[in-house]
Formats: sequence, structure tokens, C-alpha cells
Amino acid sequence: MRLLVQLGQYLQFLGKIFHRPPRRKVFRNNFITELESLGLNSVGIVVIISVFMGAVVALQVAYNTDNPLIPDYLVGYSTRQSMILEFSPTIIALILAGKTGSNIASEIGTMRVTEQIDALEVMGINPASHLVLPKIIASVLVNPILVIFSIFVGTFGGWLAMVSTNMVSTHDFLTGIYLDYSNYDVVYALVKTIVFAFLITTISGYYGYYTEGGALEVGRSSTKAVVNSSIMIIIANLVLTQILLI
Amino acid sequence: MIRACNIYKSFREQQVLEDICVEFRSGKTNLIIGKSGSGKTVLMKILVGLHDPDRGSILFDDRDFIAMKPNEKNLLRQEIGMLFQGGALFDSMTVEQNVMFPLAMFSNMSWEERLERVNFCLQRVNLENANKLMPSELSGGMVKRVAIARAIANNPKYLFCDEPNSGLDPKTADVIDHLIVEITEEYNITTVVNTHDMNSVLQMGEHIVYIHEGKVNWRGDKETILHEGTPELDDFIFSTALTKRIKKHKR
Repeated sequence: MRLLVQLGQYLQFLGKIFHRPPRRKVFRNNFITELESLGLNSVGIVVIISVFMGAVVALQVAYNTDNPLIPDYLVGYSTRQSMILEFSPTIIALILAGKTGSNIASEIGTMRVTEQIDALEVMGINPASHLVLPKIIASVLVNPILVIFSIFVGTFGGWLAMVSTNMVSTHDFLTGIYLDYSNYDVVYALVKTIVFAFLITTISGYYGYYTEGGALEVGRSSTKAVVNSSIMIIIANLVLTQILLI
Repeated sequence: MIRACNIYKSFREQQVLEDICVEFRSGKTNLIIGKSGSGKTVLMKILVGLHDPDRGSILFDDRDFIAMKPNEKNLLRQEIGMLFQGGALFDSMTVEQNVMFPLAMFSNMSWEERLERVNFCLQRVNLENANKLMPSELSGGMVKRVAIARAIANNPKYLFCDEPNSGLDPKTADVIDHLIVEITEEYNITTVVNTHDMNSVLQMGEHIVYIHEGKVNWRGDKETILHEGTPELDDFIFSTALTKRIKKHKR
């Protein structure tokens, strides 16, 4: 029952966000700020996670296919496919759910408990749209760029691990990278990324917006935002894979 | 003038406001006073549209706020300035950006015109040279003054102040009270102040409404409040050691 009430409230919240958007000039300023906050500030963590993810995938494949009948270039192929299909879009989305999700929920939650949202409302501004819409648009635009970046960096990490351990030559690794490449896989990854970006910003915004109480509740909202965004990402991942790949 | 008639409000089973009929006059500092939990903050939130009443009407110069469509409400809200208890300044913005915010949202002024207006408002609240400070760098009194500057930036017709001097020392509270009265008279604003601070009441109270357990218990002004009150009002006024001593001295 509580779940249904929350779902209804979440849908109403979405309605509020897209109803009566802020003035274009104000929106543009907020949007640029969010691009920096949600995009540029996440580059570091994306690079670190992707390099190690790619390296581990390549090492795992190399160790588990130690058979003379299996060609070495399969390591490059598996690393590329793993990064494109699953690791970059999903793992990066989960990391961003933790980083930007908690940031959004605590920022908006603090604004709620310190009456800043009430102040916006009294001025005749739609707070949901003013605060959350620039975040949604920024995330939906910047997260695909982060994921593309992650795919390249992760593949580079895989190559680095193979070359430094002398397990696969650069030639074999690159042969695998170019083998049987399909643009559709990247489209699939980007569609997932856009859906995940939307889920992270709206779910986190929702928990922040409906925070009641004080500092303790802001912390709780932040935790709920991360947990529920992550759960929804996993569920959406399954649904989208079913729809787009099968 | 603001007129609220037959306002009822309950939260779940609890009746918070019951048949509230009040009138707030133009160019005057109107006070809503009462104990904590008496319903005065709920009444103020209903007046500015943050809560919907269960029943009743609110007229802003004969314009029925409750019956308005959301777009009309938002237009009317642009005539409202509000000073929140904690200031409610936007943390991520400087003082200048905070005061400029309503102008950026609703006026067609150029940046230079807006800046001129911001400087004027900050000067009016005696805060010159604070433009580039962040809210976290301000004292409690400065926060309130910036919030007043933001509230008057758009030339409001109605100013609402929720406990404007809570958490301030008596001297700073006095400065804020004077500022509210001066601004009200200077711009002929209908000001509604929500307070339980008796110093403010005796200083600003041109028209006072006392709310007791969700009902209007007494109406009057600062001249009559000490002499012509109800038992409930007397109990509220003479509840501190200092006021008890004054009462004893008067007798």
C-alpha cells in the first residue's frame, strides 16, 4: 500500500517537474551549473572505476580462456563487449546513483528543511521544475558522454593489463577490439544510460523534495535515494535488456 | 488589505484552525500573536498559499486567493514578499544573487538596472558592501536583513514575516522590528508579522490578533493589549518573570 502511495506521489512529482518550466534564461544558468556539478565533477571517478573495471575484465577473460584452441584476440573482444553492453552503462550508473543521487537528495532535502523551497513557492516559482528539471536535462545529456568515455577508458585499461602482464599482444588485443563490431550495441548502451540518468535524478529529487524534519531526515532521504535509485537501475536494466536485445 | 474569513484547517484528526476571521490593514504592521502550537504559523502559511484551508476564503484587496487558478495565484504571489523564520536564503548564492533572484525571475530589467535595485535594497537594510558574501558568512541579524532586502526587491504589496526576530539578541531584534515598521510605512505595504515576542508586540503592534487554540481570542493594538486583554491573553503576556514583575508593579 505504502509503495503504491509513493509511486503515485512520484508520478505527481514528475508532473510538477514538467509543468510550468522556469524562465529560459534562469534555466540556462542552472543547466550550466548542473553540467559542471553532475558531469565534469564525475569524470575523475568514472576514469578510475573504468580503468580498473576494464583491466579486471581482461585479466579474468585471459585467465579463464587459457586454452590454445581459443584465440588470444577473444580477450580484446570480450573486454569491449563487456564494457559496452554492461559494465560502462550499468556500473557507472550505479556509481553515479551513489555520487550524484545522494548529492541531489541532500541538496534538495536541505533546501526543504531550511524553507528555501517554501521561499521559491511563495515567490510564485514552481520549485520542482526550477530545481530538478535542469538536473534531469544535464544528466540525460552528460551521462551518455561519460559512458562513451568510460567504454574507451575501460578498454584502454584492459589493454594496459594485457600488455603489462605479457598475456596478450597489442596486435591480438586490437584485432579483438575491431572484431564483429556493431553500432547497435552502443545504441543499446546509450538508451540504457539515458533511462538510468532519468531514474537517478528524478528518484533522488523526489526523496529530497519530500523530506520532512531536520538534518537526520535529510541523511535518511539521501540514503533512500541511493538505495531506491540503485534498485530501479537494476530492474530497468533487466527490462531494457529484454526489450532491446532479445 | 487582506481579509481571511471562516478559515478552518485540520491535520488528520486534529483541528488546528477554527473559524478564523481576520483583517490586515494596508500600510500597517499587523501582528498575529499566540503561544507555540496555537496555529499562527499555519494561518500564515495558508495566507501565502503554502497550505490550503479546509474551508474559508482569503481576499487580497477583494481578489479571492483560494478561488484563483494556479496561474492567477502565481501572478498574485509576485506581489508578496516573505521573510522566513530562518531567512531561507539560497545557500549556493551570494547576498547579491539572493536579492536579485526575484528580479531575475519576474522583471524585464537589464542586469545593470537589477544591480542598482539590489544595491538600493541592501542600502535600505543597512547592508552596503555585503554583495559578495555567502549566506554562511553572515550573522543571524544580517541573514534577516538580507531576507528583508530580498522580500522588498520586487516592490511587494504584501509582506509576511514569520517570527522575524527569533534567535536574535534583543538589540538586533529591535533593529529588525524598526526596519519592518519603516518599510511598511514607507512603501504602504500590508505587513503581517507572526510573533510571540512581547517586545516586538509592544513596538510594532498597530493591529494585533491573538490566536488561542486555533481561534481568534482577542483583537486590538499595542495601546490596549496590556489593559483590555482576555484571561488567556493575560496568561500569554504575563508568563515570563519580567512581565510578571511589571504586572505586580502596575498593581
